[in-house]
Amino acid sequence: MKIITVDDSSTMRRIIKNTLKRIGYGDEILEAGDGKEALDVLANNSVDLIITDWNMPVMDGLTFVKHIRADSKFDDTPIIMVTTEAAKEDIITALKAGVNNYIVKPFTPDVLKDKIDTVLGKKD
Amino acid sequence: MAKLSVEWINPFIEAAEEIMDTVAMLKLKRGKLELRENSTVAYDVSGIIGITGEAVGSIALSFPKKTAIVAVSNFIGEEVLGIDSDTTDAIGELTNMVAGRAKKIFSERNVKLKISTPNVVVGKNHTIVSPKGTPSIVIPFESDAGELAIQVALKPAV
Repeated sequence: MKIITVDDSSTMRRIIKNTLKRIGYGDEILEAGDGKEALDVLANNSVDLIITDWNMPVMDGLTFVKHIRADSKFDDTPIIMVTTEAAKEDIITALKAGVNNYIVKPFTPDVLKDKIDTVLGKKD
Repeated sequence: MAKLSVEWINPFIEAAEEIMDTVAMLKLKRGKLELRENSTVAYDVSGIIGITGEAVGSIALSFPKKTAIVAVSNFIGEEVLGIDSDTTDAIGELTNMVAGRAKKIFSERNVKLKISTPNVVVGKNHTIVSPKGTPSIVIPFESDAGELAIQVALKPAV
């Protein structure tokens, strides 16, 4: 299981990495500090899951998701957005852009596991 | 919410109390609100987020060094010893969470706001000066780890 976590905050990347390890999804975790950096990483790597923030400098998460969804190579790659943008209209905007699931920060390990299991089809 | 009033301030107070309790494990005791024209309290590290939309301005979350160290240690689950790049990054993220939570509360009241990515200022006893014509409301808090404050500098968009 290979996952990329995209967040401009090294703190959040560290928290997400530690949480992924705790819930059994820590096999291989790639990191990027913004959407553009993530596209560069994904040009040379395939992943099973993308976890991205929304508010980032250089390229924000929404723009990044639109780039990913425009590339057929990532048709089967689920995307979870982990962000402070918790307003209902924000969630709708993210889902329309191609996000498969959405987590509002702060979150618990159980919530992250539940969302990952859902997008990977491990839950009904 | 045509003019700057307590309705503009309460969501930030509610958000700060909730986020600091949930992720930094600090129960905040609110002090007396102060309206300031020029500067905020003089602390050592501040996360600042710009706000646009139906109101324009910023929110700052300011800590003395001692409080910042405890808050960040609790947040990341590892003891930090001083104000380094990891600490400032975490303060930025805490500020981001407070602003994001406040944005959601405003959204539930049909007030649309946008928030920027956080900037963090470090400097002993620094102050934050808001633009002319944008008054700052400072809300001081006490916690088991020491003092902290939020400063809301907002004016309704024209």
